[in-house]
Amino acid sequence: MLRRRLNRLLGGDERRVDSRTIYVGHRSSSPGEPIIKFCDNRIVSSKYTVWNFLPKNLFEQFRRIANFYFLIIFLVQVIVDTPTSPVTSGLPLFFVITVTAIKQGYEDWLRHKADNEVNKYPVTVLEQGERTRKDSEKIKVGDVVEVEEDETFPCDLILLQSSRDDGTCYVTTASLDGESNHKTHYTVSDTEKDLETLNATIECEQPQPDLYKFVGRMHIYKNDQEPVVRSLGPENLLLKGATLKNTQRIYGVALYTGMETKMALNYQGKSQKRSAVEKSINAFLLVYLCILVSKALVCTILKYVWQSRPGQDEPWYNEKTQRDKETNLYLKMFTDFLSFMVLFNFIIPVSMYVTVEMQKFLGSFFITWDKDFFDPEIKEGALVNTSDLNEELGQVEYVFTDKTGTLTQNNMEFIECCIDGFQYKYRDASSELDGFCVADGPVNKVQEKAGRAKEELFLRALCLCHTVQVKEPTEQGPVDGLMDQVDAGVPHPPQEQRGFIASSPDEVALVKGAMRYGFTFLGLESRNMKILNRNNDVEMYELLHVLTFDPVRRRMSVIVRSNSGDTLLFCKGADSSIFPRVRQEEVERIRMHVERNATEGYRTLCVAYKYLSAEEFAQADAGLMEARLALQNREEKLLAVYNQVETDMSLIGATAVEDRLQEEAAETMEALQGAGIKVWVLTGDKMETAKSTCYACRLFQRSTELLELTVRTLEDGGRKREERLHELLLEYHKKAVQDAPPLKGGITRTWSSETQDYGFIIDGATLSMVLNSSSESNSSRYKSLFLQICQNCTSVLCCRMAPLQKAQIVKMVKNSKGNPITLSIGDGANDVSMILEAHVGIGIKGKEGRQAVRNSDYAIPKLKHLKKLLLAHGHLYYVRIAHLVQYFFYKNLCFILPQFLYQFFCGYSQQPLYDAAYLTMYNICFTSMPILAYSLLEQHICIEVLLDNAALYREIAKNGMLRWRPFLYWTLLGVFHGLLFFFGVRYLFSNPALQDNGQVFGNWSYGTIVFTILVFTVTLKLALDTRHWTWINHFVIWGSLLFYVFFSFFWGGIIWPFLKQQRLYFVFANMLSSVSAWLVIILLILLSLLPEILLVVFRKPRGPNSRQMLHLL
Amino acid sequence: MMASSYNAKDEDGHITVTGPGGGAVLRSKKPENTAFKQQRLPAWQPILTAGTVLPAFFIIGLLFIPIGIGLFVTSNNIKEFEIDYTGADTSSPCFNCSQNFSWNSTSPCTCTVPFYLEQPYESNVYVYYGLSNFYQNHRRYVKSRDDSQLNGNLKSLREPSKECEPYAYHNNKPIAPCGAIANSMFNDTLELFYNDPNGTSVKILLGTTGIAWWTDKHVKFGNPGGVDSNLSAVFQGTTKPLNWRRPVYELDSDQSNNGFVNEDFIVWMRTAALPTFRKLYRIIGKSSQMVPTLPRGNYTLEVVYNYPVRSFEGRKRMILSTISWMGGKNPFLGIAYITVGSVCFFLGVVLLVIHHKCGNRNNGAEISN
Repeated sequence: MLRRRLNRLLGGDERRVDSRTIYVGHRSSSPGEPIIKFCDNRIVSSKYTVWNFLPKNLFEQFRRIANFYFLIIFLVQVIVDTPTSPVTSGLPLFFVITVTAIKQGYEDWLRHKADNEVNKYPVTVLEQGERTRKDSEKIKVGDVVEVEEDETFPCDLILLQSSRDDGTCYVTTASLDGESNHKTHYTVSDTEKDLETLNATIECEQPQPDLYKFVGRMHIYKNDQEPVVRSLGPENLLLKGATLKNTQRIYGVALYTGMETKMALNYQGKSQKRSAVEKSINAFLLVYLCILVSKALVCTILKYVWQSRPGQDEPWYNEKTQRDKETNLYLKMFTDFLSFMVLFNFIIPVSMYVTVEMQKFLGSFFITWDKDFFDPEIKEGALVNTSDLNEELGQVEYVFTDKTGTLTQNNMEFIECCIDGFQYKYRDASSELDGFCVADGPVNKVQEKAGRAKEELFLRALCLCHTVQVKEPTEQGPVDGLMDQVDAGVPHPPQEQRGFIASSPDEVALVKGAMRYGFTFLGLESRNMKILNRNNDVEMYELLHVLTFDPVRRRMSVIVRSNSGDTLLFCKGADSSIFPRVRQEEVERIRMHVERNATEGYRTLCVAYKYLSAEEFAQADAGLMEARLALQNREEKLLAVYNQVETDMSLIGATAVEDRLQEEAAETMEALQGAGIKVWVLTGDKMETAKSTCYACRLFQRSTELLELTVRTLEDGGRKREERLHELLLEYHKKAVQDAPPLKGGITRTWSSETQDYGFIIDGATLSMVLNSSSESNSSRYKSLFLQICQNCTSVLCCRMAPLQKAQIVKMVKNSKGNPITLSIGDGANDVSMILEAHVGIGIKGKEGRQAVRNSDYAIPKLKHLKKLLLAHGHLYYVRIAHLVQYFFYKNLCFILPQFLYQFFCGYSQQPLYDAAYLTMYNICFTSMPILAYSLLEQHICIEVLLDNAALYREIAKNGMLRWRPFLYWTLLGVFHGLLFFFGVRYLFSNPALQDNGQVFGNWSYGTIVFTILVFTVTLKLALDTRHWTWINHFVIWGSLLFYVFFSFFWGGIIWPFLKQQRLYFVFANMLSSVSAWLVIILLILLSLLPEILLVVFRKPRGPNSRQMLHLL
Repeated sequence: MMASSYNAKDEDGHITVTGPGGGAVLRSKKPENTAFKQQRLPAWQPILTAGTVLPAFFIIGLLFIPIGIGLFVTSNNIKEFEIDYTGADTSSPCFNCSQNFSWNSTSPCTCTVPFYLEQPYESNVYVYYGLSNFYQNHRRYVKSRDDSQLNGNLKSLREPSKECEPYAYHNNKPIAPCGAIANSMFNDTLELFYNDPNGTSVKILLGTTGIAWWTDKHVKFGNPGGVDSNLSAVFQGTTKPLNWRRPVYELDSDQSNNGFVNEDFIVWMRTAALPTFRKLYRIIGKSSQMVPTLPRGNYTLEVVYNYPVRSFEGRKRMILSTISWMGGKNPFLGIAYITVGSVCFFLGVVLLVIHHKCGNRNNGAEISN
């Protein structure tokens, strides 16, 4: 920070501009210019050094409110004369702090080790024409670095030279974003072969974290010539962390180093999500804090009232010390208040935080361990990125799912195409019959329909208009890990083992489809695309420009030059984005096919082309070059040029690609709906396609009445869209909200056939109209209408969504009334925004890279795993943690209540009822393990039943176990127990001669009896709640009780030299020798558990019944 | 709060550095198929139903009621006699003593309280003194002692712990035993006389041993310098607690009941739980099988009135009690057991009725399924 600020101060104006200038090889063109210092290539991921570890770590730990609270309590105990020794709260705090510090220290040590490994890694740098070895951390911006095959790049480099002839290199970014396919990167064109004499500067933007964006330009100074300017894009940039593949060696110039590399910038933590349970805990904490303060206040006030009576404040037998007498009355009151706070502070235990954290941390392992989540295809199981949200999985009310790759497999298969209005159906759609021959029937049929020229044009378009790479068959060894991504192609005799790699599986499907019809894409060779046509001739096309795909434009184009010299533009894209850009008379013939295909659930793309005249091309070329060189607003400028070029095309045809449903997609969706979860499908796809997918997933049933709010329905009335929107919204609202019968029981609703199910469909354009209505007043009204309609529909389909709109919708629902818990699930980069936005984000380890997984909270291999994740794991985690929290508050309430009541009998003197050892150990040793075991192992309903009866999920909906009612119940139970313990023993002690030899018991015996009853009751209460007794539960529950007994014997059996007072010496043993004590202990334990047992019995008849009912249904 | 300390994200979020050359390592870790990891540990799944709980209710009822009756009868059979000798009323024989009390008076004030025992006390009789509104459990009071000194530690004898303040030093001499508890030791002397019907009054022998916990007397408390030391020499250089009339080594003539191991002292040092309490004072041993320990008749309690309680509105009592296996007289346990037992039994009956009715319905439903 400081250095950066200093730099800024010293560097003056130049540092503040948005770009940086780099001299390749430090060869400054004008020697006078000051060389700007960039940060070095040291990666520092560690937080601490040896020197600052202690203060910094302690500071970080005490910044947390809970730790700080306990520290304050501890300090009060040290400073003020308090009833309990500082050890009672200091020891647990010390324990927690130490364990955390050790853990963080260890992690930091690992980071240091990893940092060192990276920073000290030797790299080869070209310096003054010599290759020198250096530590990686010594690389400076502007150094020319050599990287060999299979090495990772030590910093962000601009590729200058590659050992491959075509100036490319291959890279995998597996460790960056998990995509293990090979990506091609290009050298900057026109750089000299001799790097020693290369004189160039690079201007580029300041470091920014987006991995896929980069703009810059390179000025190459050749002797006495005008400097040449080349644009630099992400395809020239090699990122630190990526690995060089299939290329012997490359040279690159260091651009961003150390902490300014994109990798380092990317690993800045995401904002933390907090679960609803945590919020409940905080609310309860507040209540208990109020209880604590009011207890302390009551005691303080009563103390002074009591003391004002004559003879009570300072009777002759109990005089105050001189210091006490001299203290100011108000100061004394204040310290008394603090003392009471300290005495009762155990009501908010340190150990709860530790236990909750342990439970979450350990509990999350069960997700990773679950073998049902293991997918044999990708050989991976579930991944837990955060353990904070385990219980949130049991609270989900809305699921937002992506369609492609999530509901569907994203495993595209070419189904049919339509050329010039004629349908070409590939008959052997089943992929088992692969051996498709050029001369076979279907092709002949093809030839019969449309003109041969049109047909070939269409197929050429399919072969050319894409960014697919051909996977080069590697001779040695099996193809590592890529096989599942590459899809080994059709075993076609001449092109055996041909694999295609592309960013989108549609493109692979299209290229393969073209291959079936005789046109095979052979690959790209030094900007020439090679195609093997039907006559087994190789056609060459020079690739002039790629107008890349983006989700806003929803299309992509290529500009190629054929051998004959014609310049052609091929464009493919969604129908909505192509139709307005082609001649209208061609549209109608194809639109029919496109719509039919879409309703069948296929993904359709339209293909168009146009000839570019020389002027047109020159103009486009110049425009593109200019836009690409722009440092600012490059995207917008490019978009403008794209839109300008992609006009007046002629439509050739359309393709249909099938995207199969994920395994068990329908079952999963049905289970989710049965669990009372509303499923919203958010997709960028067409409405028809999405709708058919929804039907296939049984999100929409035959009986579902669909309410459509799309551009088409808006245009129906022939009136202004705004008016129509208004009208439709009101109409739907009336139908779905006002006329719908009020919800009674959650369960009856979906199963009863009388009530009408509604499905709602909206598209991106209409959504933006709803959200950003022209008039402010309407906007909020529409929004609420829209929300109300959606909330009353069983499922909602939002199609044609841009990624940001997905997040917008999630946000809108998240912030709607009742703050429902939302879950987003998706697999692609376009789902990241909604994954981050939702309460719980789930990534699917799909084909579209690992971005979703990286940004998710949980990642699962398949959609079908969602069912178990929510219905079983989520449900169990929620029940466990809810019980854990309630139990913790309960057990500390009935722990402290007797101590509070005792104040009324000891002159409000803050005399603790229990011995310090018991006060300290109660939460740490005697009662912590059983609840931890419970909260890890409990299955109040076994997993199979949970999976079979989705409706059980509704029982815990809306934070059911942590609302005020259950909280009140637990609190009352705690109060009841506390009262019982205290007064039961109080009446026993009305005659303290409890032994058969007439000897009497004192105050410590009193406390020990209460404490024994307390420990046993609290543990047995948990035992009563435990429905799933594994050997661990048995061990821990009975072990805890045994431990308590043994500890008490031990603690009371020895005169401890370090103790000032031997309070408990033989107290426990003497207690056990008294029959009355035994009898009162048994009586009180039974009496406190009696209501619990009664409740269980009275409640039970409903339990099995409802379960039977479910079986019936 | 402490969330991030165990945060998995925290660990994963940091830069994962793949060593160069380490390319994409396939993580193909298939989860182990163990019962624990798959949450399939064999488990006992008890379900509490009316059927399983009902017998428990009846058993509890059937067990508790007899125990309760036994306790109640036992408690009722215990004979207890209590007499208040505070001297708060003018009519009370000890009124004068309580009125004219002064710490400095050298001549002890004595008062005699006559009483009549309506029943003979057959077995051992335990004599207690009881105090009311005396906060022995006040925090300042409870901690005002030095267990190390009481255990016989010579160093602590010379330098009493700070906790004993303001009863640690007097005239720069350490107080032995120090602290408020010791200082306020009950020092009334109670003596019992049986007034024979033929006019003679017989002094009743009061046993002074066996009133304190054995472990207290033999382990927790110990005289400095060991068992056989010359106490007056050992306690040289210390001073007696302010309110005491005699130094600690003159509490009893019996060497084994003198100094810190004096049982009266040990009993007093075990602080009471509640402001109204009793402490064992003496034991009247049964002398022979034939004669009751305390026959029916007139008695006199002779009190050497040394202990002022009226300044804090306290009360003093003398209690005579026999003892049973459950200790002193206390009807609470018996009543509680009878109540709980009856409630359980009653609930059992109610549950049985409900269960019988509902059970039929339930069964019907199951059959129809």
